[in-house]
Amino acid sequence: MKPEPELLAKLEDRFAHAVIAFVEEDGYPMSVASGFRVDAERGVVTLEQVAGDAQPPAGERVNVVFSHIRPQPGIGYDERRYVSLWGALQPGAEGLEFFPDKVQHWDEQEMSFFEYSERGVPQAHRYLEQVSAETGREVRPKLAFGWLFLRATRLPFLTATFVPILLGIAVAGWTNGFSWWLALLTLIGGACIHLGLNVANDVFDTTSGADAANVNPTQFSGGSRVVHYGLLSLRDIALLSLGFYAVGIAIGVGLAAARGWDLLWLGVAGALLSFFYTAPPLKLVHRGVGEIVVALGFGPIMTLGAYFVQAQEYALEPLLVSIPVGILIALVLYVNEVPDRPADAKAGKRTLPVRLSKDAIVNGYAAAVALSFALIALFAIAGWTVRPTIIALAAAPLALPVYRALRDHYEEPYTLMPAMAKNIQLHLATGVLLIFGYVIALIADTAMTDPPFFLA
Amino acid sequence: MGVLPEQIEALLETALVAELTVIDSGGCPVTHPLIPLYDGEVIYLTSSILFSKKLEHIKQNPKVSLSISDPVAVNTERFSRATIQGDATVDDSDLHEGWERVLPLWRKKEPAIDFFLGKRVALPLFFERAVIELRPRKAFLWEEGRTDRPPQVFHVEPALA
Repeated sequence: MKPEPELLAKLEDRFAHAVIAFVEEDGYPMSVASGFRVDAERGVVTLEQVAGDAQPPAGERVNVVFSHIRPQPGIGYDERRYVSLWGALQPGAEGLEFFPDKVQHWDEQEMSFFEYSERGVPQAHRYLEQVSAETGREVRPKLAFGWLFLRATRLPFLTATFVPILLGIAVAGWTNGFSWWLALLTLIGGACIHLGLNVANDVFDTTSGADAANVNPTQFSGGSRVVHYGLLSLRDIALLSLGFYAVGIAIGVGLAAARGWDLLWLGVAGALLSFFYTAPPLKLVHRGVGEIVVALGFGPIMTLGAYFVQAQEYALEPLLVSIPVGILIALVLYVNEVPDRPADAKAGKRTLPVRLSKDAIVNGYAAAVALSFALIALFAIAGWTVRPTIIALAAAPLALPVYRALRDHYEEPYTLMPAMAKNIQLHLATGVLLIFGYVIALIADTAMTDPPFFLA
Repeated sequence: MGVLPEQIEALLETALVAELTVIDSGGCPVTHPLIPLYDGEVIYLTSSILFSKKLEHIKQNPKVSLSISDPVAVNTERFSRATIQGDATVDDSDLHEGWERVLPLWRKKEPAIDFFLGKRVALPLFFERAVIELRPRKAFLWEEGRTDRPPQVFHVEPALA
């Protein structure tokens, strides 16, 4: 690829010197620093004459490199960038005239190191194949078991399961009382279905090409990439996913047998929505309903299910209180989909950020957050949920930095990362405060014979 | 005292970046900015498998040069520029942990490497690395970094085992 005039025009401002590299007669490369000037319109870099034996050969193809870092004492360095040009040298009136016809460059202020690294994954695989062929044994990248499990399952996202299940248990505790053992089994079962979903998602994102197409993965988006990196095989994670689903379903069936078969319909709905989120033939996330599926699964289905296990009946209150939680977890997915949208579009995943404009996504976020907290306030004031749940409004300010980051850094995946973390905190804090609202009501009810209306 | 002239060793000790030039399969030079590490005999450079073209090139043609050219990246009282020619080998026998033998030298130049290593789970392929071992055979020194003047040239004697 020939260097753009704009790239050449910036060289003098961004680099202090050039290094000319060429091959000497004895076959060794030689590299020597030189001053330079650029005539971007002519596409020429004029290099200052070098003295002595280290003379670049006129008429031959050379490599000229411009490199920059800024030392950071006690840390290392930053502001890494380089431009590497190839072309022929000719003697000129004021030095050696270099006519570049090929370029390779990177500037960490223009392309993050994470993205630069991601673009190297195919080369890493080629190299591993070569080393395997040279050594006669399969050479694969490794990660310590604990880290690999954490990465493959995306374990920290389990908060999305714990919040709605604990909320359902808390509502049951308020209305009917609860059993610790049933609570524990519900948490384990729900967690297994969630982990099965996470891992299945990676199976189908690998086979659909979504992982390979995504060069902007973050801590919160882009999947686990364990297959894409070669850390585990597709078969490994398919078995892992099936294992989680098997345990989750077994616990669900056991709970239904023990507490009432009406639980089964909700469990079946949850497991199917979870599996067909990315699995064919439904591939719900590809059809543009991924956010709704997540809202349902990690909102009403989990909360109502956890409530039923304790209370052996369905009720309106756990359904109502789960709605804002469902909206907020869908917003976690919604924001995390923003950096994934080019890769999702390539893989045919019609997520909301793929389908809608930036303005619609940013305004949609604000509207959905406002709706969540308006519902929390309405339900508490109306007495449809316990009144202390109104304390969950205290979490609302966490949405502000997320909104601002979406508005100001929509196209910058790595700048969005803190906002993604904050958005997860928004869901978690709201859920914990709702649960705490029920705990307050329960304590007040236990401690007082006639608690005031705002504590019930 | 190592195999290289003292002034060049001083540059290698502190340089945060150097330019490694290798030769590709078409015989064309290709230069990569890398951190040089030096133990008095061998210059070590490490490369992630993500950026491993250079390793392929070295395996095909071990002749390389390493240039220390950036006054900003070197912390010495007297700045000079140097180029070291030599023969390189690639140690990729243990990509996962083998490179950690040069970690003490790396840590001296980039203390933050321990922080990044702690985040290995985030960048697993970046820390699958090969070690390039460069044994110098000839070195060039430009006093005060003046490449418009002829360099001093040193032929390097291999260290006694």
